[in-house]
Amino acid sequence: MASDTDTLKSELAQSSGQFSTFFVADLFFGVDVLRVQEVLRFQQMTRVPQAPEVIEGLINLRGQIVTAIDMRRRLRLPPRSGDQMPMNMVVRTEDGAVSLLVDEIGDVLDVDAATYERPPENLDPAARDLIRGVYKLKDRLLLVLDTERTVDLAAGRA
Amino acid sequence: MQDQDQEVIREFLVESYENLSRLDQELVELEKRPKDTALLASIFRTIHTIKGTCGFLAFSTLERITHQAETLLSQLRDGQRELSPPLVSLILETVDATRKILASIEASGEEGPDSFEDLTGRLRAAAQSAAEPAGQPAPPQAGSQTAPPEDNAAPEPPEDKKPEEDATKSSAVADANIRVGVGLLDKLMDLVGELVLTRNQILQFNTEREDAALNATSQRLNLITTELQEGVMKTRMQPIGMVWNKLPRVVRDMAVAMGKQIRLDMDGAETELDRTIIEAIKDPLVHLVRNSCDHGIESPEVRARAGKPPQGRLSLRAYHEGGQVNIEISDDGAGIDVARVKQKAIEKGILRPEQAEKLSDREALNLIFQPGFSTAQTVTNVSGRGVGMDVVKSHIEKIGGVVDLFSRPGEGTTVKLKIPLTLAIIPGLVITSGGERFVIPQVSLLELIRLEGDSSEKHIEHVHGTPVYRRRGSLLPIAYLNQVLGLESAGRAEAVNMVVLQAEDRQFGLVVDGINDTQEIVVKPLGKQLKGLTVYAGATIMGDGRVALILDVLGIGQRSGVLAESREQARAAAEQKTQAGIEQQRLLLFRAGSFERLAVPLSLVARLEEFPRNSIENAGGRKVVQYRNRILPLVSLREVLDSGVEDHGQEADPVQVVVFNDGERSVGLVVDQILDVAEETVTVRQKSARKGLLGSAVVGKRVTDFLDLNHVLEAAAEDWFQGGGASASGKRILVAEASAFSRGLIRSGLDMAGYRVLEAANLDEAIRGLEHQPVDVVVAALDLPPKGSAALLEAMRRRPEWEAIPVLALADTPEQVREPAVRTAGFQDCQAKFDREAMLESVARLASALASAEPAVCVAEER
Repeated sequence: MASDTDTLKSELAQSSGQFSTFFVADLFFGVDVLRVQEVLRFQQMTRVPQAPEVIEGLINLRGQIVTAIDMRRRLRLPPRSGDQMPMNMVVRTEDGAVSLLVDEIGDVLDVDAATYERPPENLDPAARDLIRGVYKLKDRLLLVLDTERTVDLAAGRA
Repeated sequence: MQDQDQEVIREFLVESYENLSRLDQELVELEKRPKDTALLASIFRTIHTIKGTCGFLAFSTLERITHQAETLLSQLRDGQRELSPPLVSLILETVDATRKILASIEASGEEGPDSFEDLTGRLRAAAQSAAEPAGQPAPPQAGSQTAPPEDNAAPEPPEDKKPEEDATKSSAVADANIRVGVGLLDKLMDLVGELVLTRNQILQFNTEREDAALNATSQRLNLITTELQEGVMKTRMQPIGMVWNKLPRVVRDMAVAMGKQIRLDMDGAETELDRTIIEAIKDPLVHLVRNSCDHGIESPEVRARAGKPPQGRLSLRAYHEGGQVNIEISDDGAGIDVARVKQKAIEKGILRPEQAEKLSDREALNLIFQPGFSTAQTVTNVSGRGVGMDVVKSHIEKIGGVVDLFSRPGEGTTVKLKIPLTLAIIPGLVITSGGERFVIPQVSLLELIRLEGDSSEKHIEHVHGTPVYRRRGSLLPIAYLNQVLGLESAGRAEAVNMVVLQAEDRQFGLVVDGINDTQEIVVKPLGKQLKGLTVYAGATIMGDGRVALILDVLGIGQRSGVLAESREQARAAAEQKTQAGIEQQRLLLFRAGSFERLAVPLSLVARLEEFPRNSIENAGGRKVVQYRNRILPLVSLREVLDSGVEDHGQEADPVQVVVFNDGERSVGLVVDQILDVAEETVTVRQKSARKGLLGSAVVGKRVTDFLDLNHVLEAAAEDWFQGGGASASGKRILVAEASAFSRGLIRSGLDMAGYRVLEAANLDEAIRGLEHQPVDVVVAALDLPPKGSAALLEAMRRRPEWEAIPVLALADTPEQVREPAVRTAGFQDCQAKFDREAMLESVARLASALASAEPAVCVAEER
């Protein structure tokens, strides 16, 4: 158990305690603010035929070509309704910037480390693999997204 | 203060590294020309400079080593001693030690724990020992050499002058050159890339407007951008000599270690390449050079036995050619033993023995590019460390280069690398497909083809469902980009746009919806999520700011299947086909009129004859020739096929005639030219609408039309069938066979024998045919859809009126005829499909015997 708390602590130590939040369907997610490069409205995209279906396309971010990953499909959630335009949340990863297409952008939140907990075991495996942990906020749960795993399409397939 | 020191040390490091790399080269050079005082002086100066700065910066170990080396060098320079290989090795060792210390200084600011006592000691010993041997030969030398005393006499003044000289020189150099960090240049290149894209955007914007001022400005922008791009690209250019610098040392060390004598010639060291490419070819180049030294050049004894000079020659050559840089590494060594390569490949399981026999020498040579391949007898410390030629090849190909290998046993080996000048900005062709834009790198592009009008689709022929295009006489496999990428087609276009592409050494056509224009594009890599997609080489940003994908021509070819077959697979497939013997036929190929390539099954042909033109006579309004004491009627195929065109003048003399026999009767078919006899697996059945032709197939990789002999002979020699084969007249035969082509062939045989033939393509059609009119014999293919001819037999036996009709089963191969299941199925007879004689004989027998309901034993005839 000690090791478990240790990893918990180290995970907390890595985070700044501030999270950029966003919604995907009814899920409320947070990404460490330091990992977020920028937030953009929906951009025109270039489709990539034959690409994995979670990849929505490529966008031109001031000369940089960024892959956009649809979070709904990544989490195996039903598609968003026809007129709802997703937002781009551009995150920094080891492999450069990647854009996550989310439903709605929320506020930047300060969270209390004491409310942190491992994700529940009974979470859908598609989501569980991508979620590091949960902050129990007063009115809802904030899911901490593991961006590295999210952009690694091989993860969370099992 | 601290910062200033750091700055000074950094400068010292940069300068020293530069000097050291020059030193390596100069020392090897010195070994060749030990008397070259200018060279010696330069080496001395380099060491001296390092020593001086070390003293200033208080790097004592380095100072000690360089001081000893300097002493040794000054003795050499002053002619006090002769240069010997051990001495050169010692100095080179000093250079290595210096490098090590510099690296340590760079990393930690300290000289490191190693004080190099041993080396310093040996240097000192060498310097001291010089005093004696040099002292002795000095007097006799005095008379012959007047120069050394002079040198000796004035060692001090030049020493004093030198720092000044150096100072003035270096400051002059500093005026003309500035050291710039590579990172800055890379950043500049990126920015220029952006600028190029923005320029493209502005230019596109400009074409949409009619604004003179904007027009003029954008023209200027265009011009300046292009110049800037060239300029920045030039700043990143480096002479290939940068990589070559260290090769003399590599070669020398290897030669010494292996007891070989190797001379290294370098030509074109000033040839410039982009930095990134220089980086990329560094390791492959060193590997190739090591390979040549290790495996290529033989030991002096072996060379002497082969009648070659004991000193081997390794030459490097670099030159620009057609927008690319060629680098050749050639040696005059043993060359590559093809037999051993094959043997090795078999041992390693890369190749099967029977495959090895079929390989050409060139193909065998390319085996050494296979992973895990090394012909070295023993793994030496110089090569065979797991970095094989396959790695060299993949490295070079990764940067868009090509590796070629030439070798002559006993004469040497040449490896030729063709490398693009730069990677960052390439010309590309913009195309559209399925509403998306894509870019094809211009290097892979051979030509553009546009097929217009109603006939556009007809230009693309299908070989067993695979589209091909006849391009200047040879067949070009075709892929549709929409299909490869799973895009929706744009519907029926009035024209077909095709780009002809080259991948590796093969070509194919890629049909796209539209071809736009060519553009300079900046290649950007795709994120790792898309790395697995072999069909894309990267992405770029177009003039309108949107992203477009760059197609990987090789990947597209492989994915579409146009290039899917590696040689291995092709061979395996060919073997399989041979084993199965699917419709392997011998075909007679000939030319007539406007038909370049016609075929008939050779089994139908009796003889090929030539008649002199003047031997052709007229009898009863038709052309005949006397042949074997008979009259042979002649039919001109040209007249039948190209009806209306009657130009006998063009017919050759003697006349080429294909003679067909049927019992007592013969007919000669006049053709323009007999081309060939081909043994071919007929893979195509495209039924032809044209009279006189059965359809077309690919024979010998070319589209060939199959002649409908029945129609041709009927049309031209009405009397051919009249009364022919009295036994057969009027008998009705139902031919049930799925393939229209095979059906046609069977029919033509039966027709010629005088039967009336009904055709059926499947079970239902066969039943309907039987219901429609009485039939004397049923000829059914064993593989008749949907469930085989046994189902037909069963259906017939259930109806009393059909019970007595004999059924001849046709098997695909003679082997199948003998299968027990076929023999016990209850057919009256069974024959191989294309054994025409046996089939006709069997039909004749069954037709006359008619009601013999007793199942006959299938007789298989070996042919």
